[in-house]
This record gives sequence, C-alpha cells and structure tokens, in this order.
Amino acid sequence: MEFNIDKIYKDKRKGGDIICSYIGDISGELIYETLEKIEILLTDRDEDPKVVKKVYNVLVEALQNLFHHLEMPDDNFQYNGQPNKSFVIFIFIKINNFAYRLTTCNFIRRERKHFLKDRINQINFLTKEELKELYKQVLNNDQFSNKGGGGIGMIDIARKTGNKIEYNFVDYNNKYSFFNLDIIVT
Amino acid sequence: MDPINKEGTPKTPTVIFDADKGKVEIRGRSIPENSIEFYKPLVDWLDRYADEAKGNTEVNIQLEYFNTSSSKCILDVFKKLEAVHKKEGREVVINWYYEEDDEDMLEAGEDYQSILKIPFKMIEIQE
Repeated sequence: MEFNIDKIYKDKRKGGDIICSYIGDISGELIYETLEKIEILLTDRDEDPKVVKKVYNVLVEALQNLFHHLEMPDDNFQYNGQPNKSFVIFIFIKINNFAYRLTTCNFIRRERKHFLKDRINQINFLTKEELKELYKQVLNNDQFSNKGGGGIGMIDIARKTGNKIEYNFVDYNNKYSFFNLDIIVT
Repeated sequence: MDPINKEGTPKTPTVIFDADKGKVEIRGRSIPENSIEFYKPLVDWLDRYADEAKGNTEVNIQLEYFNTSSSKCILDVFKKLEAVHKKEGREVVINWYYEEDDEDMLEAGEDYQSILKIPFKMIEIQE
C-alpha cells in the first residue's frame, strides 16, 4: 500500500464530531495548550466531570508518549512543503453520547513494530487486576526511565479507560512505519 | 534545614517541605515532561531530612492529575519517607486526598500503599 498521509488523516477524521484535530510538528507547549483547550471545551459542554478527568488523564499520557517516542524518518519528511522535525497526527472525536476516541499517529523505526505489537497485545489481553499488578511491577522497577518506559503510559491508559487499545502500522519506507493508536474513552 | 516552598504551575504541583514543622505537602497537577528535573531537589531534600527529622512527619498528598512520569518520582519521594518512618520514634503518616468519585486517584493511592511499608490514610474530599 502506498503511503498517503492525506488519506490517513482524512480517514481518521471520520467517525464522529471532531473536537480537536492536528497534523504537524508536536511540542511540549502544544500538548499543554491542547490539554487546556479540551478541558475547557468539555467543561463548557457540561460533560460529566468524571469523564473530563478521564479524558484529561488519557490525553496527557497519549500525547506525552507521542512526543517522547516518535522517531522521524531520515529522509527529511515534509508535510505541506514544511520540513518536519516531530511530525504527528492527533484527533479527538466524540463518537456518541457515551464515548470519545483519541487517535494518535507517529513515525517509528520498523524494527520496533514487533515490540509494540507484543506489548499492546499483552496489555489488551490482561484483566483489570492483572493490569494493576503489571502497573505496580513496572512502577517499582528501577529500569523505568524518565520517558516512562516499560510501556507504563500504555498500561495506565488501558487501566483508566478499561477498553482495548486498537492499533495499526502503515509502512512508510523500508526503514520507517507510521504507527496509529486508537483509544476509546467511555 | 531550609524549607522548600514552591508555588504550583499548570504543569507542576505546589510543594511545601518544612523540617521544623515535620510537614511534607504536594498539591495540584503534576504533568511535567521532565519529572526527574522537578522531583530531584525534593528527593535530595528528603535524603537530608532522613538524618535530621526530629519527631513525626505529616505528609499531605492532594493531586488532581499526575502523569506516569511523575508517578515514579512520587514513589521515590515515598521511599525516602519510608526510610524516615523506619527510624525509632520518627513516625510518618501519608494522607492521600482524592476527590469524591475519583476512583482512579483513590486506586493510585492504594497502589502506592501496597508497594510501601508506611501508613496511608485515604481521605475523600467533598466536591
């Protein structure tokens, strides 16, 4: 399949009422601005404070994960004629009255695909109690880095949402792949 | 020992560490990208406090949000307090505050409680 960023973006914007949609370089500041905007927006829409909190938690983890773990292709990838340094897509959609979907996409080296697949499949397979134990085990492990590491961000997202994390990869070239995560918050 | 008094920001919590009063407080949001940079001075302070603590220590943790990067640093803070608690006559109690209905925050406190050998008091705040 040919890599077509516009098609990926267009397809991912489907499925509900778009609350926030971004394509381009990510930065720490952009993450905070986005968190603030979405929190205010959901509060203004009289969303249940418990849901706002859950959404905020999931957004923090997912967007910081995106920022820390993206790996840009070494061929000067450009979107809209702009050379990109930290290219991502994130889209936050209200699917229906009971659920939101957060989609994130970033480049990774293709050799990480297997690791990520195994890790997410493992997390998706675990029960609530098993996730709790895994979280504590990774938290209390000295190998844990400042970036998170050990997939703790992903474990946290799975625990907080209680939903399976969906993912897919679209190969960009023979070295890099575009990694897509879909997180449902209910 | 000089106290620590840091005002909170949208990304980092309010911190009050006072050795004379035996008080350790962290309140607000903790979602910095570089948590180690923020928490290292706090952990270092507690290292010194372990030698200098005179009586009991009251720890108040009232977090609205924290990211997983902070969660490890908070565990480091607690491990230092655990070292204080192990000393004769240096009792430490952690008051873990959570908003009414915030089950995730209550559960986060219980996670720490099960990892550490230190008394935790779970306190619900009415909204």
